[in-house]
Amino acid sequence: MAVTDFSYVRRQMEPAKPAPSSQVGVIHWLRTNLFASAGDTILTLAALALLAYILPGLIQWLFINASWTGADRKACATVSQGGILPDGQSGACWAFVSAKFQQFIFGRYPSSLYWRPMLVMAMFVVLLIPMLMPKAPFKGWNALALFIVLPVVAFFLLGGGFGLQPVETQLWGGLMVTLILSFFGITVSLPFGILLALGRRSNMPVIKMLCVLFIEIIRGIPLITVLFMASVMLPLFLPDGWTFDKLLRALIGVSLFSSAYMAEVIRGGLQAMPKGQFEGADSLGLSYWQKMRLVILPQAIKLVIPGIVNTFIGLFKDTSLVYIIGMFDLLGIVTLNQSDANWSTPVTPVTGYVFAGFVFWIFCFAMSRYSLFMERHLDTGHKR
Amino acid sequence: MAGFAPSLAKPDTQQSSTSSLIYDPKVRGIFYQVLTVALVALFVWEITQNTIHNLEKANIASGFGFLQGRAGFDIAQTLLPYSSDSTYGRALLIGLLNTLQVAFFGIITASILGFVVGIARLSKNWLIARLAQVYVEIFRNIPPLLVILFWYKGVIAVLPQARDSIALPLASYLNNRGLFFPKAIWGNGAWMVGVALVVAIVASIVIFRWARARQARTGQQFRSGWTAIVLIIGLPAATFLALGSPVTFDYPIAGRFNLTGGSTVGPEFISLFLALSFYTASFIAEIVRGGIMAVAKGQTEAASALGLRPGVTTRLVIIPQAMRIIIPPLTSQFLNLTKNSSLAVAVGFADVVAVGGTMLNQTGQAVEIVALWLVIYLSLSVTTALFMNWFNAKMALVER
Repeated sequence: MAVTDFSYVRRQMEPAKPAPSSQVGVIHWLRTNLFASAGDTILTLAALALLAYILPGLIQWLFINASWTGADRKACATVSQGGILPDGQSGACWAFVSAKFQQFIFGRYPSSLYWRPMLVMAMFVVLLIPMLMPKAPFKGWNALALFIVLPVVAFFLLGGGFGLQPVETQLWGGLMVTLILSFFGITVSLPFGILLALGRRSNMPVIKMLCVLFIEIIRGIPLITVLFMASVMLPLFLPDGWTFDKLLRALIGVSLFSSAYMAEVIRGGLQAMPKGQFEGADSLGLSYWQKMRLVILPQAIKLVIPGIVNTFIGLFKDTSLVYIIGMFDLLGIVTLNQSDANWSTPVTPVTGYVFAGFVFWIFCFAMSRYSLFMERHLDTGHKR
Repeated sequence: MAGFAPSLAKPDTQQSSTSSLIYDPKVRGIFYQVLTVALVALFVWEITQNTIHNLEKANIASGFGFLQGRAGFDIAQTLLPYSSDSTYGRALLIGLLNTLQVAFFGIITASILGFVVGIARLSKNWLIARLAQVYVEIFRNIPPLLVILFWYKGVIAVLPQARDSIALPLASYLNNRGLFFPKAIWGNGAWMVGVALVVAIVASIVIFRWARARQARTGQQFRSGWTAIVLIIGLPAATFLALGSPVTFDYPIAGRFNLTGGSTVGPEFISLFLALSFYTASFIAEIVRGGIMAVAKGQTEAASALGLRPGVTTRLVIIPQAMRIIIPPLTSQFLNLTKNSSLAVAVGFADVVAVGGTMLNQTGQAVEIVALWLVIYLSLSVTTALFMNWFNAKMALVER
């Protein structure tokens, strides 16, 4: 029986063929992401047209036509405005920013004493960085130094006393005041917010009612009215002979305001806690404060980290409102310097605001990125 | 061992009742609350006494009688007739109307912009999604006050003078005193157009109801959307033409130093409105994106399995479910915009806070004016919250 074996067994692997050119590379990416359909193509082209319309002018204004150096307004004004630039040219006046840079950072703080705010800033950075790194050791001591010791030291270092030349808070300003206000607001609003949130969830009707009243009234009115209250009403509330510093009034207003918002964020976290966690802690015989400190709050706060950071960002932005009650934070000092006759040109205000906006943006953006990082870091996979 | 038994069996009743009183949560609760009330009462009494004393010292009469006094200051943009001879009360009313005006237009613009940007962030088109993201990241991270001042002092203040106004379409002009545009003057019978609009809206609602009932009964669809659009645009337009176009326009005319005639929107309003809508829109965009992303993917797939087209899926399946998630945070954004409109005081737009601030400087009635602010803003908040709660309840999931 003749066996003709027609079967064929391949002994080598067929080498993989490259994917079709329509499925890989730039062309594929463009096809799926920019030109997937007729509608998509129209949208892409419209967006490109918009970019082509805006970007060149923006770059030209910000960089190419900008004046980078100069001693006064001549550097930024056109010939018809009494300057040196050709007529019709318009560009950012970075010379203004660099000439006023020290004021933008320190306000009207005496320039011979700049080492004091700089020292505070250095201490702040040195203490803040290990605080932000989850793996750094000695968190408790670090927090104590950052939130309790540093504000006290900074107060005497900046304001004077103990042999240091006193500097009135009237002279403080610029980014320094923005940072002081927001750091103080953050430091105060978190513990107060936690207390208010616990009070709102309390079983005691009187405490609950007081907390609800406080939170809802503050949340119902704009920050400006709170600041007006702090600056106009606080002096009325005090007995004869007592006065409050303007900066302190603003600090109180900002802290009260952000505490109410923080309380609502924390309450969200408390409400998201399953009932079993409370009951479990009770069954272990923990007291109320032990239960909250050891079981509930660590979990609840972790749940609402994005909300807490959003409140911090909001607080940081809101500090700019103290300009309205006559203090010169970063925004205030930029606005104040625009009326300097030495630098008044049509482009000065815009340049100042672009600079201030950029500084605010950097801080807020950094905070939001850090919150994303912490969220991922703390995510233990219990999310529903 | 036995020696312990009596003391266990017969506890000292006297000691037990006092210690159990101390450790009784109810008793403790009452004690803490009484303590809190006492402290708060003491605090309030103390500051009231101080305030009364301080006011007496400054010779300020308390009470709301000052609202009848002559205001003595001018307001640039008013919705009702007002002059510096009007009362403080009227000035405050003008301020309140201005606040509501900014809030109303701001909310509309911010919602439209926010929804567009939020949906654009979810676009499969890479470029559109990135552009939307850049918009959101820029405006969310910059203080609104800075944006207001940017427009007011940075852009509008350096626009050309009135005599070199920038001409815009529709006979409008833009200069450093604001936006000038033609004012419509309605002639005889123009009210008929408004009546026609109302009739058209009512008719559309009736048609919607009828179409839905018919579809439920017979399965036949009716183009009620198109019919409504034709009705709402067509009926007033037809009435308008039938009446012989009873409208004339008062055009702004370039004079030697200023434009005369027409309507004006001041630079304060423009900068406040632009800044608030752009700022709030960036938050609304994130809310919309979150809401749409929170709708489970299975919903889209189930809709496709039923044979619905993508547009219909979005309109009938995704959006109604996303709206439930979107509405509560959207409410708080609307309230935020209303409260942020108080930043008007920075550019001198006469809103309720700015007018109140001027009154405060003139009369020194700090307590009364702050109380008025509280009442006004709290009632605005409560009204908005009630309306949005009603709307939310209407949209909420009906569980069976």
